Amino acid sequence: MQTFYSDLLVIGAGLSGERIAVESAAAGFSVIVLSIVPARRSHSSAAQGGMQAALGNCAMGKGDSPDVHFLDTVKGSDWGCDQEVARLFADTAPIEMRRLAHWGVPWNRVVPGKSFYFKGGEKFEKYEEPEKEGLITARSFGGTAKWRTCYTSDGTGHAVMCTMDNRCAELGIDVRDRTEAIALIHDGERCLGAIVRCLRTGELSAYLAKATAICTGGFGRIYKATTNAVICDGGGHSIAMDTGVVPLGNPEAIQFHPTGIVPTDILVTEGCRGDGGTLLDVNQERFMNIYEPDKAELASRDVVSRWMTHHMRQGKGVKSPYGEHLWLDIRHLGDKHISTKLREVDEICKHFLGIDPRTQLIPVRPTQHYTMSGIRTNRDGAAYGLAGLFSAGEASCWDMHGFNRLGGNSLAETVVAGGIVGKKIAEFLQGTDVSFPTALVRQAVQQQEERIRDLIEGKNGGENVYKVREAMQDALMDGCFVFRNGKDLEACVRTLQEVYERSGRVSLKSNGKGANHELAAALKIRGQVKLALCIAAAALARTESRGSHTREDFPERNDRDWLSRTLAYWPEGKDMPELKYEPASTAWDIPPGDRGYGGGTIIPAEKLPGKAD
Amino acid sequence: MARLLKFNIFRYNPQDENSTPHMQEFILEETANMTLFIALNRLREEQDPSLIFDFCCRAGICGSCAMVVNGRPGLACQTKTADLPQDITLLPLPVYKLIGDISVDTGVWFREMYQKTESWVHTKKVFDPSAVEERMDNAVAEQIYELERCVECGCCVAACGTARMRDDFMGAAALNRVARFVVDPRDERTDKEYFEIIGNDNGIFGCMGLLACEDVCPKNLPLQNQLGFLRRKMGITAIKNIFSRK
Ligand SMILES: Cc1cc2nc3c(=O)[nH]c(=O)nc-3n(C[C@H](O)[C@H](O)[C@H](O)COP(=O)(O)OP(=O)(O)OC[C@H]3O[C@@H](n4cnc5c(N)ncnc54)[C@H](O)[C@@H]3O)c2cc1C
Ligand code: SF4
Ligand code: SF4
Ligand code: FES
Repeated sequence: MQTFYSDLLVIGAGLSGERIAVESAAAGFSVIVLSIVPARRSHSSAAQGGMQAALGNCAMGKGDSPDVHFLDTVKGSDWGCDQEVARLFADTAPIEMRRLAHWGVPWNRVVPGKSFYFKGGEKFEKYEEPEKEGLITARSFGGTAKWRTCYTSDGTGHAVMCTMDNRCAELGIDVRDRTEAIALIHDGERCLGAIVRCLRTGELSAYLAKATAICTGGFGRIYKATTNAVICDGGGHSIAMDTGVVPLGNPEAIQFHPTGIVPTDILVTEGCRGDGGTLLDVNQERFMNIYEPDKAELASRDVVSRWMTHHMRQGKGVKSPYGEHLWLDIRHLGDKHISTKLREVDEICKHFLGIDPRTQLIPVRPTQHYTMSGIRTNRDGAAYGLAGLFSAGEASCWDMHGFNRLGGNSLAETVVAGGIVGKKIAEFLQGTDVSFPTALVRQAVQQQEERIRDLIEGKNGGENVYKVREAMQDALMDGCFVFRNGKDLEACVRTLQEVYERSGRVSLKSNGKGANHELAAALKIRGQVKLALCIAAAALARTESRGSHTREDFPERNDRDWLSRTLAYWPEGKDMPELKYEPASTAWDIPPGDRGYGGGTIIPAEKLPGKAD
Repeated sequence: MARLLKFNIFRYNPQDENSTPHMQEFILEETANMTLFIALNRLREEQDPSLIFDFCCRAGICGSCAMVVNGRPGLACQTKTADLPQDITLLPLPVYKLIGDISVDTGVWFREMYQKTESWVHTKKVFDPSAVEERMDNAVAEQIYELERCVECGCCVAACGTARMRDDFMGAAALNRVARFVVDPRDERTDKEYFEIIGNDNGIFGCMGLLACEDVCPKNLPLQNQLGFLRRKMGITAIKNIFSRK
């Protein structure tokens, strides 16, 4: 078995992981980055729409500022976010976008003069000022007061990911693809690296580091219907929870995107609605303007997903062999717009639906999309519970998204948080020396070797990992989707407890040799069911509706009792998570109020938690 | 009654001493809107969990799932079985190192390519966090993006006669990458410096111009235009080099 040493081990080579690596390497530290797939295939590259930063260059972004961005973010979060983090984010985002431009991102730029845009299916005119020519421009996204989303056609994530990975190559950072972390090495107080399985040969190695950062993205794949890549499977969250001391923040906060296509759940970007696309029902009539006269299709994602589900429940859905759906209409945007600004959408329609969006409607429905939930960290990105462990990006709950993140705020978060956390890690490394007890490392390796041997030899039982995974996914779809209620959640928790028990009896059908996928799946199934149980248990406990967490039996947002963040721990040997709570924010620049969309009543807080009197 | 698809899949696990290269047949009932992503996952989950193949985004945007489908390199996730005959043969991409069955190591190949082409903006300017961004013409930005759309699937290289014959040929993906930096005004490299990288038989002068690369590119990148553009530019640079050496 081989052992590798570095100052910093980054688990995950998406935008957040590579941004951290760049920052720490530039400060002179040795960094190794791990990834299941080549870095550029990380899910960051799938983001089409863009990233938010208040540059205020384009006509419709005039008057924008980090303050407005901050306000939108707090509202979007339904007052569930840490306001200091949201502030830090909004202030830093413009600098990071400019830095990306310097590194090579081909942002779309302001073109002066008159041009047209669509909103709610209607055509409007705008005028871009000549003095802004060539500055980074922006498009409209849901839940924002200004056009603030910077973009490169509809391949923003791809372009930024290329640039970041180029930057890593330039700095000579050691990025190792086809490597998967399967356990953390720790002594209960300090994290010392990870045990890693090579996805080429199947061999295990120990990676020892003074600091470890988990940047493994979201865990949408524990749901059956999700827009996420197959590698967004919660592996990073599982190994953190397995330590017993690192909590998951707000597991019940899972975002559903309004426009996953039916049946494959592939996302068509929010840019479609941002650029003026509309949602239609079975009668090909618009409906979002009825429920949300002001924002219509551009209300935040949780709101649009709910109204869509509601509208389908009213019998206005389109029936199909794959269940009901609604239509997304971008026909009026015209050939030029679709074949340049929405080209990926065009390709998705062609390849996966066999339709032409210039003349045909796109079948869509809400689909799991984003995990606001994640490894709970403080403002520096340091994980609760273990010294030397950090996290950033979608994997973390840094918490600028609270209970609903705005479109374009996540990709921006990866680079903003990556930059800030990278700097904090460099500071941490500066002041840290550690020794690596060989006994501890040996024990960690042996534990994993034993797990693998037991799975291959069928020591635990005869359960099929794929069947167990399906049972978990079905349970979440039934009990923990867009709408939730006490009865279904209780059933969901019960089912998941059975699934958890089954997950302990999995064994392999194949021999597990080399780049074996069945073994990879079997190694993480137990952790995945733990995550599922955290979601269901936390959703059952939270007797209110906030952001994406919607309880039909508790429709009010209850600031009196629930202005809090859930912390879900999984102590060793337990078969259910332990839920604790902390104040959602300690700073209240913007006291809880109405979001201005989404309706719903609010039970006001008597006193703001965490605030000194 | 739905079609029964017959899959012929290349099998070989180099990590398993008992494994030898061979073709294996699988039968699977076709369902509506089935893609090779759906089919292969069903084969693995229901029939043979030892099958090795790669998918990531399953939406045609990450480039993970390139393989040779009935003789032609392409992205498996966006290949609909309905567009294929009943007999489907799946082989790993040539040129790249085999990981197992139909999975190949494109990651290492592309990482070497970044190093060879120095795939990053070369500039002496230092970033100033307090300054407004430098301006760029939107048309230029779009032109750069157009070339950056490559998902590094490797299809173009797998389809290229020159690349199959010669390991050291850079291939269309690498040449396209260089073109991306040539058009970028932020990159301060001169034609002469680019010539050092690609002005030889491993680079632009090794290309026979037979178009196979552009034909198979799932992102429809304008590879031929770029190859032509570089060939002209590097041809001129070559002549200039000859004269300046005198
Ligand atoms: C289809 C789609 C479109 C989107 N569009 C937008 C958009 O327009 N704007 C926006 O703001 N946001 C968007 N998002 C959200 C945004 O893309 C993601 O939240 C963000 O890119 C996550 O980046 P990340 O760096 O946290 O992780 P990722 O980019 O997901 O990277 C995770 C990395 O971790 C690695 N990894 C995972 N597990 C392990 C392990 N156990 N060991 C080693 N490595 C591991 C993976 O290989 C990968 O390199 C979109 C999301 C989706 C699904
Ligand atoms: S045109 Fe050149 S790069 Fe393309 S396939 Fe032919 S020889 Fe290869
Ligand atoms: S140029 Fe096209 S075929 Fe070649 S690697 Fe890029 S996307 Fe694939
Ligand atoms: S899986 Fe991403 S392109 Fe096919």
